[in-house]
Amino acid sequence: MSWTGKILRVNLTTGAIKAEPTNMDWARAYIGSRGLGTKYLVEEVDATVEPLSADNKIIWATGPLTGTMASTGGRYTVITKSPLTGAVACSNSGGYWGAEFKMAGWDMLIFEGKSPKPVYLYVNDDQVELRDAAHLWGKSVWETEESLKKSLQDPLTRVSSIGKAGENGVLFASVVNDLHRAAGRSGVGTVMGSKNLKAIAVRGTKGVGNIKNPKAFMKAVNAAKKVLAENGVTGQGLPAYGTQVLMNVINEVGALPTRNHQDSQFEGAKDISAEAMATPRKSDGKKHLVTNQACFACTIACGRISKMDENHFTIVNKPQYRGASGGLEYEAAWALGAANGVNDLEALQYANLLCNEEGIDPISFGTTVGAVMELYEMGVLTKEQIGIEAKFGSAQALAFLTEETIYGRGFGKEIGQGSKRLTAKYGHPDLSMSSKGQEFPAYDGRAIQGIGLAYATSNRGGCHLRGYTIASEVLGIPVKTDPLEHEGKPDLVKAFQDATAAFDSSGLCIFTTFAWGLPDLASQMAGACGDEYTTEELAKIGERIWNMEREFNNRAGFTAKDDSLPKRLLTEPVKTGPSKGKVNMLAEMMPKYYAARGWDSEGRPTAATKARLGL
Amino acid sequence: MQKVLHINPDKCTGCLQCEMACSFENYGTFATAKSRIKVFDFHHTGKKVPYTCTQCDEAWCLHACPVEAITMNRTTGAMEVNESTCVGCKVCTIACPFGTINYVEETGKVQKCDLCGGEPACADACPTGAITFIDANWTGLGKMAQWADKLGNQPSAA
Repeated sequence: MSWTGKILRVNLTTGAIKAEPTNMDWARAYIGSRGLGTKYLVEEVDATVEPLSADNKIIWATGPLTGTMASTGGRYTVITKSPLTGAVACSNSGGYWGAEFKMAGWDMLIFEGKSPKPVYLYVNDDQVELRDAAHLWGKSVWETEESLKKSLQDPLTRVSSIGKAGENGVLFASVVNDLHRAAGRSGVGTVMGSKNLKAIAVRGTKGVGNIKNPKAFMKAVNAAKKVLAENGVTGQGLPAYGTQVLMNVINEVGALPTRNHQDSQFEGAKDISAEAMATPRKSDGKKHLVTNQACFACTIACGRISKMDENHFTIVNKPQYRGASGGLEYEAAWALGAANGVNDLEALQYANLLCNEEGIDPISFGTTVGAVMELYEMGVLTKEQIGIEAKFGSAQALAFLTEETIYGRGFGKEIGQGSKRLTAKYGHPDLSMSSKGQEFPAYDGRAIQGIGLAYATSNRGGCHLRGYTIASEVLGIPVKTDPLEHEGKPDLVKAFQDATAAFDSSGLCIFTTFAWGLPDLASQMAGACGDEYTTEELAKIGERIWNMEREFNNRAGFTAKDDSLPKRLLTEPVKTGPSKGKVNMLAEMMPKYYAARGWDSEGRPTAATKARLGL
Repeated sequence: MQKVLHINPDKCTGCLQCEMACSFENYGTFATAKSRIKVFDFHHTGKKVPYTCTQCDEAWCLHACPVEAITMNRTTGAMEVNESTCVGCKVCTIACPFGTINYVEETGKVQKCDLCGGEPACADACPTGAITFIDANWTGLGKMAQWADKLGNQPSAA
């Protein structure tokens, strides 16, 4: 039924490796990937655990559609308790690693304890070994992948690993696979590093079989692929321009947070947009964008592969950055660019390459730099403290601070703690553009009311991928709603959050939902796993997953007051543009959201809600 | 009309739908490790290139086989491996200049692309047209059409 039915459990303290059957009752109720992995976490880990202690666990989880021909069916999720937020961490990645791991015959991989010395896990189908990683410690993600493929004498090996940032305790370190795909957010790489776990190298030759109804599955898969191909966003916009197609769109609606959310439109947006990437540079006459690239099984292919200008100041003496590599994607281009007022596309790509190379989340990093630049301009931080003049718009400062952060040097150590801790330390906690300690992505919660509510209520802190209401509020998918209007948004946010949880748990990519709804997922799930996966059932499972995550956070100590936004978004109106005068109407929306969720006024699921969802 | 697989690397995104389609067609499972077509990802240039057997008329594999396990399918033009005859000696894998016939440990035989009996699953699954199944005599037709377009439909330099 498309699950392999097997889980791999590795105790890093003792070195014990165990294969065990997947709990199929849980798989039925939580699907896989995000849902099933989180179910294991909440059952096995005390919510009050110190995230970087040996008692925390970290889980790599695939979904039932991972490793199949379902379009985008290559994804995996890394689940743990976050050191950045203290909430549940749940970061999803594409590339090829997830499918390779599933093809090796495993649904999930659970790490417990802490290794006494650096190790990596080698998985070759049923052969599973913890191996010494002393020679890999201190190496970048890119060096680690190259070194493992060479020493294993197997170019087909896929690697999921951390770079120096994860080793050094940067609180937003990512787990990176296939050079530039990342489980990027909430510091899942930090937890990996805290356990002295450097990498997981995988070769899977068994494949994914056991499809419940192969004919029905392939029929559903082909029909769903056709929907993607014929849709304007997934069939044309994303392959041609990538997520970066949003830069000018979001700027035009006045929702592009600029200079740490001081402004909501960026005068340099066009310089760092998809259109700029596809236009020959003035400096050398070449285009930044080389080609697009797909993740495993993906028929959209939104990924960007670019080449930098070899004479740009950031890489003049660094030939290792001259080849084609991943980026820029919209969120990174925004966080490294507009959030800091930097309009130098090449500098953004340099910072982005370093984020991939050493494994940090560009969203949290870029947003934290934005806060640093504001503190610098206020005179709270000085050039001597930071190590450079950190004015908004300085590409030199961005490049310098990226290096300092990934290598754990100087003021980079403070940036590596994230904006919440940094701004609090210097007496201005209101300048952290975050919820639950995780930095916001590229949409202004004042100009787009629903996304503000989604940030405030996201189970992993500030995040666009837990309920991407931008689809409705800006792009009109599935129906257009007014971004400036807060009425009706609580129900919209809930619907997006629940559907997203179902998609994330299947092993498919959330970007399919520009064209697909739950019925398209249901037909493929039914073919692969059984007819019980109807549209209604998937919506209910999504809601169940959301409430399970919420209850973990509640047990971890979060309360209703943590469902909040920074003062700036609630009291400082947008200064210019189409959303001028707007603040986020969170206080109006929150009671309605809790009511729609079936939660009490403290944000706790009621007994009736839990009973309805089988929790 | 004989047809052949035609590959245009410029259109390949590296999604591996072809590899899964191949393994699903031949083994009923999604296993890129068992695919007879492989996509190579040259990450320093961003190029992705699918590669598989081109069905040589004078096939090195066929001539090298000591037990005549490889024969030409007269309908499709594909060189096919008869598994019941193959002894797994791997001489064909040495003889093939392109590396597109390979040993399979699980079966003890060799495998290669057989054009799926005339309806190649890889070409069917490719979402971008990087792999097509076209008239063997006119694999250049697409490129000729592009240049003809340039010749006839563009404003002249003069």
